[in-house]
Amino acid sequence: MAVKASQRSEVGKEFVTGADLLIEALVEAEVEKVFGYPGGAVLPIYDAMFRHDFPFEHILCRHEQGSIHAAEGYARVTGKPGVVLATSGPGATNLITGITDAMMDSLPLVIITGQVAQGVIGTDAFQEADVMGLTTPITKYNYQVHDARELPRIINEAFYIATTGRPGPVLIDIPKNISAEMTFANTDNTINLPGYQPTVEPNVMQLQKLVHLLEEAERPILLAGAGVLLADGADLLLQFAERHELPVVNTLLGLGSFPGEHELFLGMGGMHGTYTANMAIYEADLLINIGARFDDRLTGKVANFAPGAKVVHIDIDPAEIGKIIRTEVPIVADAKKALQALLEMDVKKPQISEWLTKLMASKVNNPYWYNRNDETISPQWLIEQMHEASDGKAIITTDVGQHQMWAAQFYLFNNPHNWVTSGGLGTMGFGLPAAIGAQLGRPDDLVISIVGDGGFQMTIQELAVISERKLPIKIFIINNEALGMVRQWQEEFHGERYSSSLFTQNPDFLKLAEGYGIKSVLVHKEKDVPAVLEEVFDYDGPVLVDFRIDWKEKVMPMVAPGKGINEMVGVKP
Amino acid sequence: MKRIISCTVQNRGGVLNRITGMFSKRHFNIESITVGESEAEGLAKMTFVVNVEDENKLEQLTKQLHKQIDVVKVSDITEKSIVARELALVKVAAGSQVRAEIQGIIAPFRGTVVDVSKETMTIQVTGKTDKVDAFITLLKPYGIKEIARTGVTALLRGQQVKPHLAEVSTFTI
Ligand SMILES: Cc1cc2nc3c(=O)[nH]c(=O)nc-3n(C[C@H](O)[C@H](O)[C@H](O)COP(=O)(O)OP(=O)(O)OC[C@H]3O[C@@H](n4cnc5c(N)ncnc54)[C@H](O)[C@@H]3O)c2cc1C
Ligand SMILES: Cc1ncc(C[n+]2csc(CCOP(=O)(O)OP(=O)(O)O)c2C)c(N)n1
Ligand SMILES: [Mg+2]
Repeated sequence: MAVKASQRSEVGKEFVTGADLLIEALVEAEVEKVFGYPGGAVLPIYDAMFRHDFPFEHILCRHEQGSIHAAEGYARVTGKPGVVLATSGPGATNLITGITDAMMDSLPLVIITGQVAQGVIGTDAFQEADVMGLTTPITKYNYQVHDARELPRIINEAFYIATTGRPGPVLIDIPKNISAEMTFANTDNTINLPGYQPTVEPNVMQLQKLVHLLEEAERPILLAGAGVLLADGADLLLQFAERHELPVVNTLLGLGSFPGEHELFLGMGGMHGTYTANMAIYEADLLINIGARFDDRLTGKVANFAPGAKVVHIDIDPAEIGKIIRTEVPIVADAKKALQALLEMDVKKPQISEWLTKLMASKVNNPYWYNRNDETISPQWLIEQMHEASDGKAIITTDVGQHQMWAAQFYLFNNPHNWVTSGGLGTMGFGLPAAIGAQLGRPDDLVISIVGDGGFQMTIQELAVISERKLPIKIFIINNEALGMVRQWQEEFHGERYSSSLFTQNPDFLKLAEGYGIKSVLVHKEKDVPAVLEEVFDYDGPVLVDFRIDWKEKVMPMVAPGKGINEMVGVKP
Repeated sequence: MKRIISCTVQNRGGVLNRITGMFSKRHFNIESITVGESEAEGLAKMTFVVNVEDENKLEQLTKQLHKQIDVVKVSDITEKSIVARELALVKVAAGSQVRAEIQGIIAPFRGTVVDVSKETMTIQVTGKTDKVDAFITLLKPYGIKEIARTGVTALLRGQQVKPHLAEVSTFTI
């Protein structure tokens, strides 16, 4: 139940606790969900939530890492900021991985941590950790509150910073005495950030340069990254690409910004991308990057990345432009604004039919491939089946490893904002809690969490949240009884010495699910897959399926580390 | 190449830590930093002397500085018309026999003797970095006990004429 406006305005005339001011500010920021875990330093905040009759939903995950990955999943599929609350010391340090993950993947989070009372800060007090010191390098910005009356401004600024420009996590550390003690109510939340003015509108002269290059181009290519999704610009990208018939490559995090089954779509580029996407980048004479940061998993050896291309880079963060790849036309702007402006400009359609014909032929000749056998389930085929059974419209969250790459390769997204994966940090343990946030953010959509048997065990405790809330998440374990991605690298680059990458004993995942009160199924054979998928998708509740696959399966094709994107191996069976 | 970067920042807690942390995370080499209040309330001025490999690194460095929420303004003033100064305190062994001699060195540098003991003298000298360097070199033979230098702080000149490279004459640009 939301606090009524009349109740709220009265706060301005009274003495209230700092925690009251915080709750008011969160309500003001239209927060609907808070992913949190209580403890000593945040007791006054939990008490205020209770007294305010929970003006937003509080989700009690079972580990702070679970809370923050859930908040990331929520942010990714809703575009709204994820809000996290944790106690001081171990509560805060348990968030570190998630904060770093959100920073790497530009997800808007507002994180509130309790801190020991101001009087004992710096004395190694019980559950004291230097959260400001720990999180300065992994947040977009962080605050420690020095006076309760600053809270309305700080919270307002935190949401503003987290959600504008290049999104990112913002942390607010609140000493316990500040949340506990009475203070004059203050509602002044005027933002004071003279140093923060993100550029959103593109420079027209720069856009004209882009247009000029495009009109002259013979082998142009669009590279669309997560920036297109963060800007909510997928529909405009589609219009732009279709109008000029431009082939499109996605980064891993850009998947969904362009329809996966569109004929102009060449697939993902980079280490486990398609041969066609990588060769298109290699041979292009014009590369228009919209909202991708040229991560090394995408570029491979930099000298071989688009060596013959003029590069245009549209990014909201000027520091990303020219950081990795020399850029002829830098355009600092929001991707959506830039696409809007481009769609309004007169552009002579480039003459590139030869290029397109070549790319289309390459798509047909070099598709992703996989092995089939009668004994075990082919994981790639399995993902294709999931795609078919869910019409390509499910929200997919993944963990990190081989299963993540197979999902990226074979689940072709027809819609934006349905792909939730940890790209920059590659955080195992992300997939399951992220699904919780995604399902809570989009309760009417089908959420599938594709996880490895390794990473699933890193945040397995969150099954409790799924069970208690009856979240109808479909948990698909791609079980190779191995840390498959590590094993694959050991096979390829370390003489098949499988050092600590094969599990000798996995838990009985079915019994585990049962213990949490979650329905579970074991599937060994391909012939059972279609029926199981149908049953699982029809069932209105959480299900865990343990899909057994061959441990020897590999993710192919591949750009080996240190190689150029034109040197893929495993392109053909 | 060495560059002088001048930075106006919001004077919020931890701002120095944020910026030095960013430099170290991204492996930028800082030679010196000075920090102090500026003419405007709530704003501080930082001056960095940095050593970067090339133009590209320099561009990254200024962009990363800009990206900091607390940073209001960043300028690379190396090639501008500027006044750049630092202050050094030099404690030198100075028994009575050499005092007069040392005074002879101090005079042309317009140094000031700020402390004297039986065995030592402490001299304050201000100026461009190369002047301070030269002063220290001249005192070395007498036996330097301790040195404290502030690092360079700098301001644009009131009138921007052609580059006043003399201010950074020791810098290889
Ligand atoms: C096992 C594994 C394998 C991987 N293999 C691959 C691979 O084969 N290929 C691949 O591409 N990646 C791969 N990755 C992921 C890779 O590490 C990066 O996370 C990914 O390439 C980053 O994609 P991105 O640049 O689109 O997104 P981000 O890293 O999220 O960057 C987004 C960019 O958009 C900008 N931006 C944000 N908002 C806006 C806006 N409103 N308007 C404009 N710009 C904006 C940001 O400033 C940033 O530059 C892999 C990861 C793992 C864990
Ligand atoms: C927290 C964390 N620790 C270690 C790694 C290194 N790592 C990357 S993939 C992988 C194997 C993952 O195994 P599993 O979850 O079973 O997925 P699979 O590759 O078998 O599909 C490991 C250990 C990581 N990405 N994250
Ligand atoms: Mg595995």
